[in-house]
Amino acid sequence: MNGIPMEHGLMLAAILFALGLAGLMLRRSMLFILMSLEIMLNAAGLAFIVGSTAWNQPDGQAMFLLVITLAAAEASVGLALMIQLYQRFHSLKLDNVSRMRG
Amino acid sequence: MELAFYLSSLVAVLATVGVITGTSPVHSVVYLIVSLIAVALVFFALGAPFAGALEIIIYAGAIMVLFVFVVMMLNLRGDEERAPQWRQPLYWVGPSLLALALLAVLVVLIASGEVDMTIDGELITARGIGLTLFGPWLMVVELSALLLLAALVTASHVGRRNDPGHTTPASRQAPDRGDTP
Repeated sequence: MNGIPMEHGLMLAAILFALGLAGLMLRRSMLFILMSLEIMLNAAGLAFIVGSTAWNQPDGQAMFLLVITLAAAEASVGLALMIQLYQRFHSLKLDNVSRMRG
Repeated sequence: MELAFYLSSLVAVLATVGVITGTSPVHSVVYLIVSLIAVALVFFALGAPFAGALEIIIYAGAIMVLFVFVVMMLNLRGDEERAPQWRQPLYWVGPSLLALALLAVLVVLIASGEVDMTIDGELITARGIGLTLFGPWLMVVELSALLLLAALVTASHVGRRNDPGHTTPASRQAPDRGDTP
């Protein structure tokens, strides 16, 4: 029981963030883009938790609470926009909306 | 503790790969729930049980139930988006190269070993977090309350049902199929 090195926790957060970014750039469906955003926010929160437990300070976990709040707000607004997109176009492809100029 | 951390990390990475490579929306949402629960187990293994419980309750409980509910309500099927997405490399080559440069910097910084710290799994209780939140961070809590209120108003305004008397031309062409909220 000699503990986990902090690099491993940070590496896990970096891997999850990179996977979320890859999903954001690969997929064109709005549902997958929202899920990739959730993955990236979750990875950022994981980095905060790793820092918090490495220094034994509760500030990182308070920041994680705020990240969760931000994720909840983003998910509710994004899903409402997605419902509107599906009502207008009967598809979730974001390329349909790229005709909007300005 | 170490075994739980590495096993949960493996599950989290594999489930996330399943999310971004899946074609069926329901399968991807379930993979994402598995990934979030694995990250919550990572929190427990690191010694942050309050954050782990919050991750399960809020993320895997509330937010993902919202996703599942919307996917069921819209009756989504697998998307056929495979073929034409790489046809304009002008749009993705530049951002990808810049992001890869940032990733290289991050990996070099982490792997250089200057972060010489070890997580020994000492618990941080909910009491300490509450004292931090409602002590020096009180203004941030108020601001997050404002953010949640703004998100509530925005979601209930944007996600409302289209009024049939005031339809825009785009939505007049598309008939209401009864699966709208």
